[in-house]
Amino acid sequence: MTAPAPLLRVDHVSLSFRGVAAITDISFAVARGEICALIGPNGAGKSSLLNVINGLYRPQRGSITYEGRARRAMRPRDAARAGIGRTFQNLGLFKRMTVLEILMTGSTLARRATLIEHLVPIGRARREELAARARAEEILEDLRLQAHRDAVVGTLPYGLQKRVELGRALAGAPRLLLLDEPLAGMNHEERQQMADDLVRVNHALGTTIVLIEHDMGVVMDVSDHVVVLDYGRKIGDGPPAEVRDDPAVIDAYLGVPHGEA
Amino acid sequence: MAFFVEVLVAGLLAGVMYSMVALGFVLIYKASGVFNFAQGSLVLFAALTFVSLVERGLGFWAALGVTLAVMIAIGVAVERAVLRPLVNRPPMTLFLATLGLSYVLEGVAQIAWGAQVHGLELGITDVPFEIHGVFVSRFDLVAAATAATLVATLSALFKWTRAGLALRAVADDPLAALAVGIDLRRLWALVWAIAGVVALIAGLLWGARVGVQFSLSLIVLRALPVLIIGGFSSVTGTIVGGLLVGASEKLAEVYVGPLVGGGIENWFPYGLALVFLLIRPTGLFGEPAIERV
Repeated sequence: MTAPAPLLRVDHVSLSFRGVAAITDISFAVARGEICALIGPNGAGKSSLLNVINGLYRPQRGSITYEGRARRAMRPRDAARAGIGRTFQNLGLFKRMTVLEILMTGSTLARRATLIEHLVPIGRARREELAARARAEEILEDLRLQAHRDAVVGTLPYGLQKRVELGRALAGAPRLLLLDEPLAGMNHEERQQMADDLVRVNHALGTTIVLIEHDMGVVMDVSDHVVVLDYGRKIGDGPPAEVRDDPAVIDAYLGVPHGEA
Repeated sequence: MAFFVEVLVAGLLAGVMYSMVALGFVLIYKASGVFNFAQGSLVLFAALTFVSLVERGLGFWAALGVTLAVMIAIGVAVERAVLRPLVNRPPMTLFLATLGLSYVLEGVAQIAWGAQVHGLELGITDVPFEIHGVFVSRFDLVAAATAATLVATLSALFKWTRAGLALRAVADDPLAALAVGIDLRRLWALVWAIAGVVALIAGLLWGARVGVQFSLSLIVLRALPVLIIGGFSSVTGTIVGGLLVGASEKLAEVYVGPLVGGGIENWFPYGLALVFLLIRPTGLFGEPAIERV
């Protein structure tokens, strides 16, 4: 509700699965450079909303305006190409790859060499391979993953896997990051580190972040803007302090005990 | 003892032939989670196209090149005409689509090349020769070498190229692969084209062995136990599964067959597959389906 031209605007989006409404008429805007938190009880439609934004789901109604272009739904590949990075609630990692390989998949879009060129790895294919590798190494260092670079990711502890997934999203040099519960399943220290990492990415690279999170302490701490969902509807939208004191939000969400996902 | 070794070797080499058919299935299963019933028809189509071109006077390499191009074109066309409209449908829908596709391919093959049986001569003499008192078929040896080269090439492709990385990503988590920006359509077209090339190689070897005829498309059924034993999603599994099926069916025929009146070679692999389904349903190298709660 602040900047004149938001990076992302969701307009009257409704989504249902075989008649069961998941999201009903939701509108909100995300300003360039902000961290926006989506909160709400389980089943409120938060993950579905992220899936709508990067085109994994196609809403029945409404539109998504990203960088000034309004669409009903993007193809996920176009979303990735347009700089929308994504992580998943229960990890969307390629479990049998090594950490380095996964980070390389993150920059797959930056590469243009054809399969034929790959078979003779000189020229363009070679340059791109080196660039992708250099980018991956940077991220390894940035997210303190060097010690695990050649580990098969399925064998790593959950908290580390979460970090690898963030790294893969970062490898695509995103302008908008959609993070589905980036802190879930982590211990206290890991949560702190991850929250710090997110703020650092946001500040240093100017990456806009939309995240789903249940930990209200973290939400109040890191976000510039909070959107509250309940039963697929928006019931709150504003700066963290304002949302925290909103009676409707307290009723629907903050007052209700909830388990960590 | 020499006789045992001879049967074993012959079995293993025959198994390689099964592996090559199974390989085409695994590629498509990995990329799209679909059991491609049309793989047998692809094998038939490739062999028939090649042999018909040779009979019309094309040289070996020219015919091979043209057939290769045709198989790649089919792969791309299948992605456009069959897979793309059915994206996000349940695997059963896609399976039935490949069943339909197999009839279309066989029909087109019949219209284009006729229905008669063709002999296929690859210029490999099938004279057995002797190593340390064991007779080995030269043809089988060539087939095994071809299969080994094919598997090595495919493995290198998956390990070192971007398309290979993308294929492994899609096999592990299709949704995340989409979110990373992997082009699923191009990948499917590529995988079907490669499956077509694998079908061509399998078709040439099988065609040379049993003649090029429409029953060639039924070798899908021979590949089935290999897939069940090796696992649907593993290239290594097809090789090990193929060797296991080949060796065990020949040994069973020779040593157990006489006790029950013979002829067990034809059903033994299915019995073995049944045992695997009971004990280890994912096969030796398959991925167990893990559902997160």
